[in-house]
Amino acid sequence: MMYPNINPLVLFFASIFTSNILLTNFLGMCSFISISKDIKSSNGLGVAVTLVTTITTALNWLLEKYIIMPLDLGYLRYIIYIIVIAAVVQVLEMVIDRVSPNLYMVLGIFLPLITVNCAILGVALFMQLRNYSFIQSVFFGLGSGIGWWLAIVLLAAIRKKTDNAPVPAPLKGVGITLITIGIMAMAFIGFAGMINVQ
Amino acid sequence: MEIILTPVVVSVISSLLALIIVVVDGVVNNYGEVEIDINNSKRKLKVKGGAPLLQTLSSQGIFVPSACGGRGSCGACKVKVLSDVGPHLPTELPYMSKDEIKENIRLSCQIKLKKDIKIYLPEELFNIRKFKGIVESLKDVTYDIKELRIRLVEPNEVNFKAGQYMQLVVPPYENIKEPTQRAYSISSSPSDKNHIELLIRLVPGGIATTYVHKYIKEGDVVEIVGPFGDFYMRDTNADMIMVAGGSGMAPIKSIIFDMWERGITNRNIWYFFGARSKRDLYYLELFRELEKKWSNFHFIPALSDQLPEDEWTGETGLITNVLDKYLQSVIPNENAKEGYLCGSPGMINACINVFDKHGVKDVYYDKFA
Repeated sequence: MMYPNINPLVLFFASIFTSNILLTNFLGMCSFISISKDIKSSNGLGVAVTLVTTITTALNWLLEKYIIMPLDLGYLRYIIYIIVIAAVVQVLEMVIDRVSPNLYMVLGIFLPLITVNCAILGVALFMQLRNYSFIQSVFFGLGSGIGWWLAIVLLAAIRKKTDNAPVPAPLKGVGITLITIGIMAMAFIGFAGMINVQ
Repeated sequence: MEIILTPVVVSVISSLLALIIVVVDGVVNNYGEVEIDINNSKRKLKVKGGAPLLQTLSSQGIFVPSACGGRGSCGACKVKVLSDVGPHLPTELPYMSKDEIKENIRLSCQIKLKKDIKIYLPEELFNIRKFKGIVESLKDVTYDIKELRIRLVEPNEVNFKAGQYMQLVVPPYENIKEPTQRAYSISSSPSDKNHIELLIRLVPGGIATTYVHKYIKEGDVVEIVGPFGDFYMRDTNADMIMVAGGSGMAPIKSIIFDMWERGITNRNIWYFFGARSKRDLYYLELFRELEKKWSNFHFIPALSDQLPEDEWTGETGLITNVLDKYLQSVIPNENAKEGYLCGSPGMINACINVFDKHGVKDVYYDKFA
């Protein structure tokens, strides 16, 4: 089996900036739009997404390599990935509650919501599709999570501004948010000249 | 082959993950034994951690009021927490005022017991219990008021403040299908810890009063819940002006005898008891005896509709008129005054107006609702 020849660190930075899972693939949009009203919540959700993405990518890589591939169960991939994500979120919720009640407070309802965040399933599927090695997958997962985190915090900051801006009435709320995301996406694609890992 | 393989793989992976969740849950959510320290070590409970405070307390026989049963939708189960249990949860905030947040008042159904905790509970709450007792005596004190004396069995002691009330549990009888509770003030004094005495006037058609007057007999087992209420002697030096009518005698009697027993005899007390005619008067001798022993205690019974055969030499007229007259000319003006009222809403409202007229602002009352 051949892994692509990319330095994991390059992959890490690429997935934060040039191939930001949110702004280039537009995955994880629902929570991105609804939560980005508030910076504090965005931050909490970003932390949670980063944690879950990293852990599930690693776990799913192992399952892919040692169960799905050998048994030729490609058609079960989606189901298995999602089960793993749901279970990891559950475990994580319990551990965080015990270890750091404050972080648990900040994350609140977002932790269970992450189970259905498509960015996380997306990262796992890309990892399989692009045939990354274990190390590459972990860096890719971590980078994608941080990229998502960065994007939602940036959007939350911008939305704080647009809240007070004289936006035309029909574009208020989600409308101007989608336009903002589009402009942000173009800005991020500007990095693409430096590194590209698609 | 695939038909078997697919379910097997999915179930094996799912069960493995479920197993991990169960193991993590067992390890992470095992808080071991936790100590609840109530009111500065007045009472300490060793309990199993992990459950919400409200449920843990009630399993230990301490009933924090809760209308919704711990779902966080009524906001009644507020408890002051003295140790750190983390910041207020979003589920608590809608029920909290700014001051309550500052004082770390929490909803006891929302905070999980994770470590030793110090809490403060109002003394009354601490004592609220369901008592089983036996009717020791049932006397007619007037033609329509019965004195029900209950000897407590399980538990056999009660702590209450003179003036508080108990809820009598009326079992289903005749066409009353559901057990009913009705509140009655305690007329015995707190020093008699093994008994509860209630004065119950027959209200035509009343569920509990009919039960007490027609069905209950000596030796019966009854249940009472309490004590409740914030009608009790305020700890000041003000003169106490007490007004009662009918079975409103109960809390006032308890307060007066409690003060006498505890030697709080330096305060001036005027006790006005209003009745229609002589047949509504009771405990006259009891209070006249007390008056002889206790120079600061003044007992003023008054009849509003005396009958010709009553041969009454005491005060006459509506109790409000008598009160007005005394406040005007008999009771010394210079001392601070407190009003203590117990009776029908009509009587209480009329008395409050009289007190108002004479500038008595601290008026406490127990309305028969």
